Amino acid sequence: MKPILIKGAHIVDPSQKLNAVGSILIEEGKIAWLGTGNQKPPTDGYEVLDGKNLIAAPGFIDLHCHLRDPGQEGKETIATGTKAAANGGFTTICCMPNTEPAIDNRAIIDYVKNKAASEGAVRVLPIGCITRGRKGEALADMGEMAAAGAAAFSDDGNPVMNSRLMRQALDYSLAFGLPVIEHCEDKVLAENGQMNEGIISTRLGLQGIPAAAEESMVARDIALAELTGAHLHIAHVSTAGSVELVRAGKKRGVQVTCEVTPHHLTLTEEKVMGYDTNAKVNPPLRTQKDIEALIAGLKDGTIDAIATDHAPHTALAKSCEFAFAPFGISILETAFGMLMGLVNSGKIDLELLISKMTREPAAILGARWGKLGTLEVDSPADIVLIDPDKEWTVDAATFASKGHNTPLNGAKLKGKVVTTIYQGKIVFRE
Amino acid sequence: MTTWHEDGSTLVLPPKAAVTASAWRHHHILDLDDFTADEIELVLHIADSMKEVLARPVKKVPALRGRTVMTLFYENSTRTRLSFELAAKSLSADVSNLTASASSITKGESLIDTLLTLESLGADVVIMRHPQSGAPNLAAQHIKGSVINAGDGWHAHPSQALLDMYTMKAHKGAVKGLKVTIIGDTKHSRVSRSNIWGLTIMGAEVTVCSPPTLLPVGLREPGDNFPRVRIEPDINKAIAGADVVMVLRLQLERMQTGLLPSMREYIQIYQVNEERLKLAKPDALVMHPGPMNEGLEISSGVAHGSQSVVNEQVTNGVAVRMALLYLLAGGKKA
Repeated sequence: MKPILIKGAHIVDPSQKLNAVGSILIEEGKIAWLGTGNQKPPTDGYEVLDGKNLIAAPGFIDLHCHLRDPGQEGKETIATGTKAAANGGFTTICCMPNTEPAIDNRAIIDYVKNKAASEGAVRVLPIGCITRGRKGEALADMGEMAAAGAAAFSDDGNPVMNSRLMRQALDYSLAFGLPVIEHCEDKVLAENGQMNEGIISTRLGLQGIPAAAEESMVARDIALAELTGAHLHIAHVSTAGSVELVRAGKKRGVQVTCEVTPHHLTLTEEKVMGYDTNAKVNPPLRTQKDIEALIAGLKDGTIDAIATDHAPHTALAKSCEFAFAPFGISILETAFGMLMGLVNSGKIDLELLISKMTREPAAILGARWGKLGTLEVDSPADIVLIDPDKEWTVDAATFASKGHNTPLNGAKLKGKVVTTIYQGKIVFRE
Repeated sequence: MTTWHEDGSTLVLPPKAAVTASAWRHHHILDLDDFTADEIELVLHIADSMKEVLARPVKKVPALRGRTVMTLFYENSTRTRLSFELAAKSLSADVSNLTASASSITKGESLIDTLLTLESLGADVVIMRHPQSGAPNLAAQHIKGSVINAGDGWHAHPSQALLDMYTMKAHKGAVKGLKVTIIGDTKHSRVSRSNIWGLTIMGAEVTVCSPPTLLPVGLREPGDNFPRVRIEPDINKAIAGADVVMVLRLQLERMQTGLLPSMREYIQIYQVNEERLKLAKPDALVMHPGPMNEGLEISSGVAHGSQSVVNEQVTNGVAVRMALLYLLAGGKKA
């Protein structure tokens, strides 16, 4: 393949503290050269990709998505999910193991990796279960899955309710140095819950999910991480109280990291008004006060990463009574545009946003997958080109994802990924 | 105003209403949260005329002749269903009833498909009861005819609130300024939610007295999304000076799920009995949406006492539902 030169783009790479105009040469799937200003690459014979008025950043890393494969291919496949990822600027995605069957053994890790290698548009790192069948009863073969290439362990969708088992999982994970990702939700406290507990749930007559259902588990898990010294990663933090707990844990030196989703950063429970099942998500959309706390957490480093929790569902599954609809938003393709809203309104700066989608999730994954989330020379050429001024309208019908379940259909966003390059290959171009 | 002739009788709609029937803008009745005071007033005015019809020897007018009204009940109901059915028949509509257990609903047909079937069968109005909050809102998005919410989950029961207000108005002259105390399980009560909307829109002062486990959290943190009401956990203080004491039904399952320790304790702390009722205004009304658990949330003496208007509520329900059906379907050509 002919080398590609991204010429004259505004390069934002937090891993190198780089925020300047420059050019990037891609050769044989890797970043061969990077120069700022008007520097020219050392060799000739490349194709030029004009970066004028565009931002070039490392390809995004998503620590949390649902590809539904194996078992629920009507909702998504590895082919459609990775294409959606590419369209959204993601070049590395970690898929959660709540498939059918659950990814709780080596064979299914292999299945996902093989399928991703043959039909995936971007890098897929499977996450293995903490417990067999995600049942919360006995540990899954974590060591075997680690050897087969699991990126982390999680029972996502379920917490590990049994505290002793969670302690054992954290202890055991120390042998492999992989993070244990916990979906923090006290299932008993949240039972039958449909949305955030508060004034809107009162108005709509829907069973609420109190913030305490999340926070009590966050508190427990931080205590267990402190006890074991293992790396606990908290999935989709959604409340001000959770942010405060993680902040305090980090201050004490606990090995805890966490992520937040684009929807929890940008949408409130008011989206549920009218019983829009596309706004039904777990954890539920919260309040403006929570959003402010989540943004503060991003800024002060309490929240390490932005992860999508992309959760595609069929239209049929969402076309029903609110209580019968499954939780989840198909979000890979709108995530960046939604988050640019925070940049456009001055709540966070672009460099921070890019960092939370590249350098910081890469740090959580560790070095075993190579140099990800960076534009350093010799790292894989995973690059996004962003048009920060592009105004566009969300049209779920155009999603590559099989899941058209977005509460943002018809919304106007400003800022869009226009090109995605994965290992030197253009996998999305608008 | 509209006049009907049948059997030599005439129905004249009152001209006093600030909003006229021709200005009616609601295609569905899902809740009262999108009603104005004038619109509620209009429903109550028309219900007055309907009550007059119901007092005639031949309780029938042709306003909905040729229109098809279907009731779709996914939950048991005695009075609401019967009341709607009588209302539709008194307006000469053709009425069909579908119950969840007696249809393909039990074969797994989706709500939307069921509604589309009713539409294909020619339903102009679907009166719907459903155990899930928001189900009528979903229905309204999928059919061209009108949807009347006859109670959905914990969400809303607008016709009940309207008949409650009609009954209050009949006795007190106006709803505005009334002190209305709602006592019982407000958390799981669609009746209380619709009444809170309707009563506050009409300018009544609402007090809620519930065990803290049966009080919706949103009532404690008032904002723009739900009306402000006074919360008074002490039943004696809550009843003191009230014009209306509205007692809610207590579902026995609340004891099983641990929201209340025992029936005995509920009776001690929250039962509306003769002694407590004395704290209200002497001419205070006692209301209950039914069915009552006599001896539990309400003592038998109060339930059947001189201040109780429970049976009147049922009678008024037919007139109010006739008014709703008339406004939704009666003004249009069949």
